[in-house]
Amino acid sequence: MSKEAYPLIFERSKTGRTGFSLPENDVADMDVANMFEDSYIRKEKAELPEVSELQLIRHYTGLSTRNHGVDTGFYPLGSCTMKYNPKLNEDVARLPGFSHIHPYQEESTVQGTLYWMYDLQESLAEITGMNTVTLQPAAGAQGEWTGLMMIRSFHENNGDMDRTKVIVPDSAHGTNPASATVAGFEAVTVKTNERGLVDIEDLKRLVDDRTAALMLTNPNTLGLFEEDIVEMAAIVHEAGGKLYYDGANLNAILGYTRPGDMGFDVVHLNLHKTFTGPHGGGGPGSGPVGVTAELEPYLPKPLLTKSGESYTFDYDRPRSIGRVKPYYGNVGINLRAYTYIRTMGAEGLKRVSEYAVLNANYMMRRLSDSFELPFTQHCKHEFVLSGKIQKKLGVRTLDMAKRLLDFGYHPPTIYFPTNVEEAMMIEPTETEAKETLDGFIETMEKIAEEVKKDPEIVQEAPYSTVVGRLDETTAARKPVLKYAHK
Amino acid sequence: MEFRYLPMTKEDKSDMLQSIGVESTDELFSDIPRTVRLDREMELKPPENEYSLMQEMRNLSERNSNLRQYTSFLGAGVYDHYIPSVVDHVISRSEFYTAYTPYQPEISQGELQAIFEFQTMIADLTGMDVANSSMYDGGTALAEAITLAAAQTKKKKVLLSEATHPDSLDVIKTYARAHGLELTFIGEENGTVSFEELDEHLSDDVAAVVVQYPNFLGQVEPLREIRELMNEKARKAMFIVSANPLALGYLTPPGDFGADIVVGDTQVFGIPAQFGGPHCGYFAVTKKLMRKIPGRLVGETVDEDGERGFVLTLQAREQHIRREKATSNICSNQALNALASSVALTSLGKDGLFKMAEMNIQKAMYLKKCVESKGLSLLGKGPFFNELVIQIPITVKEANKKLYQHGIIGGFDLSRVDSKYGKSMLVAVTELRSKEEIEKFAELLGGFHE
Repeated sequence: MSKEAYPLIFERSKTGRTGFSLPENDVADMDVANMFEDSYIRKEKAELPEVSELQLIRHYTGLSTRNHGVDTGFYPLGSCTMKYNPKLNEDVARLPGFSHIHPYQEESTVQGTLYWMYDLQESLAEITGMNTVTLQPAAGAQGEWTGLMMIRSFHENNGDMDRTKVIVPDSAHGTNPASATVAGFEAVTVKTNERGLVDIEDLKRLVDDRTAALMLTNPNTLGLFEEDIVEMAAIVHEAGGKLYYDGANLNAILGYTRPGDMGFDVVHLNLHKTFTGPHGGGGPGSGPVGVTAELEPYLPKPLLTKSGESYTFDYDRPRSIGRVKPYYGNVGINLRAYTYIRTMGAEGLKRVSEYAVLNANYMMRRLSDSFELPFTQHCKHEFVLSGKIQKKLGVRTLDMAKRLLDFGYHPPTIYFPTNVEEAMMIEPTETEAKETLDGFIETMEKIAEEVKKDPEIVQEAPYSTVVGRLDETTAARKPVLKYAHK
Repeated sequence: MEFRYLPMTKEDKSDMLQSIGVESTDELFSDIPRTVRLDREMELKPPENEYSLMQEMRNLSERNSNLRQYTSFLGAGVYDHYIPSVVDHVISRSEFYTAYTPYQPEISQGELQAIFEFQTMIADLTGMDVANSSMYDGGTALAEAITLAAAQTKKKKVLLSEATHPDSLDVIKTYARAHGLELTFIGEENGTVSFEELDEHLSDDVAAVVVQYPNFLGQVEPLREIRELMNEKARKAMFIVSANPLALGYLTPPGDFGADIVVGDTQVFGIPAQFGGPHCGYFAVTKKLMRKIPGRLVGETVDEDGERGFVLTLQAREQHIRREKATSNICSNQALNALASSVALTSLGKDGLFKMAEMNIQKAMYLKKCVESKGLSLLGKGPFFNELVIQIPITVKEANKKLYQHGIIGGFDLSRVDSKYGKSMLVAVTELRSKEEIEKFAELLGGFHE
């Protein structure tokens, strides 16, 4: 692709062009200006672009070609579960009976939607082994916060006012400690041992009568299953704390084990990961939360319940933490997840995890010939390599990531988790064929060879993208965050 | 059973197992303790083929009464507007909707530029210096605005107009508890914020004053006068305005009246109601707050050859860097919906947005005229945008039941918010409602008797 400047939509604008077709104004004689004091009427119209419909379509189509999605090519971005987004889900979500309904319509006029929402709650409860699920949280981060607020209410309701500590592994995603802080807790870090798992001795030292919860992903961010989960749960529970499950990595264990069975009290899910809600270039996501019966009274309100053959929202929940989002959650994303679950069933979902794990282990073993593998046990749905060997030759993981762009791949997650030097976190997902995995492995091997023979090729990559490496320092130092209209 | 999303063949599987050096996939799961393994199949509905599932879902969707079959006068924060056809075509480009957050800028220029354009449009509409790449929705954006103001001013007391969206107020209460904020609700008088009460509560220990523009009752709050009072009594407090961005196509933007933070929802631009979500929050601030704004920001920069390009920037603000020191844990934006809104705004353009906003006011004015001619009265005496509160002789619940028989989805029952509103229906009239539909609606409302 040639490197060329791509105009902004504002730079394509020309006075007098239109791209709209508004309904007829059949009440044009109503005198609006008369109703407002002059100073409340906008002096100048908002500077929106004036383009024709074809110009608009060309502009955005052009932009789309400057973007890489799962449909474009392999996207082994660790911890993000970039699996295929089924087209049926998109069609279902666009049915007018689903997309054009208002959250304040009478419940009797939206029973079709309430039916599948309730069924989704039940399905997610079964998949996670929890008692009750709310679909309200907007995204994983909001799900985390919701779950922690419930734990906080639970302790406070028991008169346990000093439980202010939330324990988070050092390998955890930054959102975990951030959620703990914004839920009013103090985040405390537990160490990872040499096998990449939570250091039980360190956990024992940290857990006390001030512990509100332990937050975990299992498998963890290194893609490794926390084998001592039963013991960890006992340590935390005996001290009166709760176990929080970050569902970011649920794609590894569907049908094999469930957070509820492992002893977790609260679970959030990322429906845009495991359950194929598309990532949308950064969102919208959806972050339902499931809880044990003990924590059920604290769920956000309203809670969708079934009475007889009809469905209704229950607002009368005195111990609820309250609302976390207007209306009932990201319904459109939840609908895509529901369609996916109905497509796969229990058998399909278990196979999802089986193949996600098989694909990851296959890639891990093959790539360990060329790259340092810091943890050697079987991984789950993803694994972490270190670029240490290549760094000694003067090539950083960032360089290799950029080089991958030249071969049409989205790079893995890099420099995360932070406890692995020059980390590359690779998650192939179950929807990729062996040929695709082999192609990627061969490319990685080729790049490892380049590093040895001609490191400059890698250091100066990429060559084939629409822009070269961008100056991020200046972008942060002298921020330009909008177009300056001429 | 075959699964079309799973390409694994028997041959692949056996090759891969051999390459790994294990006999079966079960060995790969041997690290899961026996005691916590699920020894049965999950109890879910059986897998469904594409055609049957689509039929079932279509049937389910037809059990809902949708806004395109019925004539809707329901608004209250979610609106049925004209959505240009181009919107869905653009957001259905899979390069947009199947992409992740643009962390690799070289292969994400399309998304980054689209967001940069969105930020530009929002900043301009709101009259603010900086807008972010979007938030979950208007309600959580408003809650985040308050926590930002409290952190910035190091004060805990927040004054909120009661005439703010009730779901947003509920969300704010939950956030306030987490952050230890003290909320004081300011009542409304004739539909807009009570100056007497505001005056009484304003002081130097106030972190922020929050109003909605137009407010939940449809009335246009006098932003200038509120700012003036704040300048007098609480100079350092932040002025937070939650604004319907469509209204800003006609009304003076809050930034021009000295707002510090402007938030809201761009659902009005190209995003269907879809039972309340996903929509798309926006968040705009003054330059002074640029480095405190939550969420993602896209900035312009250059590559090695000096060509213009875009990157995610000022990431030092964000949770993945700040971890436990973060003031917000948001780590996504509503990128695809922000794109939908950008496309809708591009389609409307400078004139179209103005015309659409103006038409909303005109249609609402026409409804006012019609219901007043039926002898019904309105709550609120001031200027409005596209919503009115109509006092009717029967409960809103009863009225809506009757309206439904005539193919009409009636307005929002204000008694749900506060029983003091009694038989008050909050009604929205968008550009989609015809003169004839408005007349019929007024006729029906006028015909209701106790």
